[in-house]
Amino acid sequence: MDRLVMRTGGWFALALLAFAAMLAARDSGFSVHMGIVSAVALGLAIYGVRTADYTAFARGLVRMPPDRGRYYDDVIRWGVIATVFWGLAGFLAGLYIALQLAFPALNLGLEYTSFGRLRPLHTSAVIFAFGGNALIATSFYVVQRTCRARLFFPALANFVFWGYQLFIVLAATGYLMGVTEGREYAEPEWYVDLWLTIVWVAYLVVFGGTILKRSEPHIYVANWFYLSFILTIAMLHIVNNLTVPVSFLGSKSYSAFAGVQDALTQWWYGHNAVGFFLTAGFLAMMYYFVPKQAERPVYSYRLSIIHFWSLIFLYIWAGPHHLHYTALPDWAQTLGMVFSIMLWMPSWGGMINGLMTLNGAWDKIRTDPIIRMMVMALAFYGMSTFEGPMMSVKAVNSLSHYTDWTIGHVHSGALGWNGMITFASLYYLAPRLWKRERLYSLRLVNWHFWLATVGIVLYAASMWVAGIMQGLMWREYGSDGYLVYAFSEVVSAMLPMYLIRAAGGLLYLSGAIIMAWNIGRTIAGSPLRVEKPMHDAAYDPAVDKPLIAQPV
Amino acid sequence: MASRFFDHGKLERNVSLLGIAALIVVAIGGIVEIAPLFWIDNTIEKVEGMRPYTPLELAGRNIYIREGCYNCHSQMIRPFRDETERYGHYSLAAESMFDHPFQWGSKRTGPDLARVGGRYSDEWHVQHLKDPRAVVPESIMPTYPFLAERDLKPGDMAAHLTALSDVGVPYSKDDVDKANADLAAQADPTADAADLLKRYPKAQVRDFDGDPNRLTEMDALVAYLQMLGTLVDVNAAEPQEVER
Amino acid sequence: MSSYDTLRHFADSWGLVFMGASYLVLVGWHFLPRGRAHSRAASTMIFKDREETEADHG
Repeated sequence: MDRLVMRTGGWFALALLAFAAMLAARDSGFSVHMGIVSAVALGLAIYGVRTADYTAFARGLVRMPPDRGRYYDDVIRWGVIATVFWGLAGFLAGLYIALQLAFPALNLGLEYTSFGRLRPLHTSAVIFAFGGNALIATSFYVVQRTCRARLFFPALANFVFWGYQLFIVLAATGYLMGVTEGREYAEPEWYVDLWLTIVWVAYLVVFGGTILKRSEPHIYVANWFYLSFILTIAMLHIVNNLTVPVSFLGSKSYSAFAGVQDALTQWWYGHNAVGFFLTAGFLAMMYYFVPKQAERPVYSYRLSIIHFWSLIFLYIWAGPHHLHYTALPDWAQTLGMVFSIMLWMPSWGGMINGLMTLNGAWDKIRTDPIIRMMVMALAFYGMSTFEGPMMSVKAVNSLSHYTDWTIGHVHSGALGWNGMITFASLYYLAPRLWKRERLYSLRLVNWHFWLATVGIVLYAASMWVAGIMQGLMWREYGSDGYLVYAFSEVVSAMLPMYLIRAAGGLLYLSGAIIMAWNIGRTIAGSPLRVEKPMHDAAYDPAVDKPLIAQPV
Repeated sequence: MASRFFDHGKLERNVSLLGIAALIVVAIGGIVEIAPLFWIDNTIEKVEGMRPYTPLELAGRNIYIREGCYNCHSQMIRPFRDETERYGHYSLAAESMFDHPFQWGSKRTGPDLARVGGRYSDEWHVQHLKDPRAVVPESIMPTYPFLAERDLKPGDMAAHLTALSDVGVPYSKDDVDKANADLAAQADPTADAADLLKRYPKAQVRDFDGDPNRLTEMDALVAYLQMLGTLVDVNAAEPQEVER
Repeated sequence: MSSYDTLRHFADSWGLVFMGASYLVLVGWHFLPRGRAHSRAASTMIFKDREETEADHG
């Protein structure tokens, strides 16, 4: 009872503190954010009082210990739902801003709905909300299964999940109100960054703690990728977000670095957010879910070791390729280019490793729609890791930089690789987490696959054409020795490409809506959809549990 | 596993060891690449004319950041013939030495703005920000009519300048003390700006938004746009760059 | 000037050599002959639950 009072009092005090900060805030953005924090803390205080087990208090008993013979999956179920939700939100925001570029009237003349504020909302929603939730959920799932151990400190895992959702809400509402540090993919302001740091350290404790208490001698390779992702993101996040706040009661802060240093730090962060968030973390998903769905071990475990070390050795150097021909010193640019090109090798090594896992079971591409999705993800991983090194070559970059080619490249990786491998993993997880016989419908997975694939092809192709066209038009000289095109003429030439891109985005979003329906029905426990059967990997819930000495 | 000597198996089985090895590998890449650049100050070409932003320019710059202009506009001209012809002399490292954060950008949905200062009239900028398609029919830029309607309320500018001093921008004590007065004076054609101009050479003092009675967000943003790329005489800096 | 140059020279000479060498060591270990069985065990570890099922029902 004392603990309940203490805890509720603590939440209430925090709510009060945040409320005071809201009133004393120097700007409206900070005020709104402190209001959100206050509301959340108040909600938690009320929740604590309402859900407390008073009969247990009355009997003077502590709560029954949870079933340690099962994996702790509550937080992962929440994670799957959050991933689907934020995915839909992020894709929708992306489609909307794509349409804004074709029809500027859609900016609506309001500050909250202008492209400049919605674009960070889109990028953060897909990378950090959709991708981040997928990574947290799958990492908690995989680390328990590969360690044959129950999650370390489940309460902290819950804090990681809900704390991360609060981070997303604060970041997203901040963008809409113009609360931003103004550096791509690191836009949240200082206090949101501090909050994320706390959440991330807790994440490391839960993940690392589970590995430490494992019942298996080996640390499976997927966990290596997850661990390097968690550690590196912590380092990148802290260094890149060193700022000095103008006031501790205001949202505005100034970066500790300026000009060249700031640019290099930012792109060292930005590129490795791609390398360790969107690549290493998702490769961890690949190294667990592809073998499990294909029901055969990874093609070469040794190749996966080479893949791991090469990737983390090389990726961290490649950042300066975002700053070719700028005021950054030449040596740093050249270093970035050379390492980017070398990066091609381990990336394709990893892709081959994933694809060859299907060796001897190629027919599953035809019969199992989840495998098909995974194969397409790997194909896009291979494609974008070839395109990336190519674009980091200075000669190519001189044309491609500042154009929509970069946007196309990013999306072939994000939609193709990150999106598809996440969808496949969600389809794998949903029936297992909710103890269903199988997904509501495998045929709908097939529909999702084709909508997404066609969507990506439209997107990547139109942006590739748009980018090259832009680059060439900007630099075109007439026989009179003058530039041929005014900037505005290049802008109007983009319209058809922007329309095709938006169509691709619409298809991709439609696929995701089908997924949400399919997974929603699976969660709800609806009767399986009547359809021609397709192949799916076997699952036995009876053995899906940690190895522990059974107390008799 | 005959040998108990430090081998990969051990590394693989020991999570802290694996974590430390991975972190060292990753950190070295970052340190080796970035650390030298923090001693780069002495290799950035010394150019005449760079000075910290005036409070009004700074407030405008913060609006530029708030509205996410960097999502579509770069401020970094690369040394190619077409770019220097279109936008002006290529950007020098020193020109962004007081930019916390940098705003080089990564995408040109709209044109580069590194040297947009002085290219258009204040009137053009105001019209363009209120309704871009009124002056450039092909434009796909959002409209920002609210900037002209809203009073400029950046908070205590002295606190802003203090924070920037903390990260190394050489504002004098005088600059910090007079920050709030400077903010208003720069957009007020009737104010005595001699002191402001002495501390901030080449600062442009006038009413920017066409409404001399009010100090609006439009004043600040246009003041910022009009000073971009105007501080450094790039041709004077040229001979020193050859050594690079 | 000097500290920048010193660090830079370290970065593109011994720094790189050190990185290359540690990479080769980390990867090389795994390719020692004794690593084979180890790799196989690790890669099939995720299917232990399945084998257990067969044993249980077999």
